[in-house]
Amino acid sequence: MATSQALEVQEKKELVSKEEKTFPSRYFIPNTDIFETEDALILAMEIPGVTRENVEINLENDTLRVEARIDYGNYQGLEPLYTEYNVGHFARAFTLSRSLDQQRISAELADGVLRLVLKKAQDAMPRRITIN
Amino acid sequence: MAMTLPDAFDALSQFQQMLDSSRSSGWLDAGPSAGGAYPPLNVFRKGDDVIIITEVPGVRKEDLQVQIKGNTVRIAGTKSVPYGEYASVHRRERLAGKFDRAITLPLEVDPEKAHAECRDGILALFLPRAEHDKPKSIVIS
Repeated sequence: MATSQALEVQEKKELVSKEEKTFPSRYFIPNTDIFETEDALILAMEIPGVTRENVEINLENDTLRVEARIDYGNYQGLEPLYTEYNVGHFARAFTLSRSLDQQRISAELADGVLRLVLKKAQDAMPRRITIN
Repeated sequence: MAMTLPDAFDALSQFQQMLDSSRSSGWLDAGPSAGGAYPPLNVFRKGDDVIIITEVPGVRKEDLQVQIKGNTVRIAGTKSVPYGEYASVHRRERLAGKFDRAITLPLEVDPEKAHAECRDGILALFLPRAEHDKPKSIVIS
């Protein structure tokens, strides 16, 4: 990957949910990379400002739901002078394929990036066939 | 008439509206800026001091550089998005690259008392206003 290029600003995308929320604050869709290794599917989501205890990961009916909440208290007493982006909680849902082992999902959070590792189910792993 | 709920969600919603209304206000246009537009900044006031907050998810503290000279603040660094070996990419939304941005504040800060914090992908710069630049109250006799 070329890392020498100048970084561009990605405008934060607001979440337009099919489900309605009963409170007024706005949510954003975290930028996510999805990539696959031999034995796992890895999701890397950008959720700046969210601490470990405010991340909720739910799995229900093959849908993986991630909700990450910022601590609004950090902004209390601050008066905006000039702003270029908005802040809010993050939410995003993914439909998983059945070939993933839904019991073995691990997550870690570092520098505002949530990394989910979804292990592939045993029968979906590539098998090496030896020729006699 | 709008109901006023002292609820945390409602407070956040109001704050989001406040952020929207100060979008690209003319406050920073007074001074020249240089470099790219990344990272996007929010500038706040707290008392006499200025706080600059920016979102830099995936940027490690050691890859960030913050410099202050006069009333110009420079934020530079590198953001890398590692995939590891033998990975096939299904979706790529996160961008990687170098950044270097300088902004000139329309007030003077005390670089000796300034400090920066980087936590959970958020970089916050606390810039106290220089003592000699603070407005003086005039006693009305």
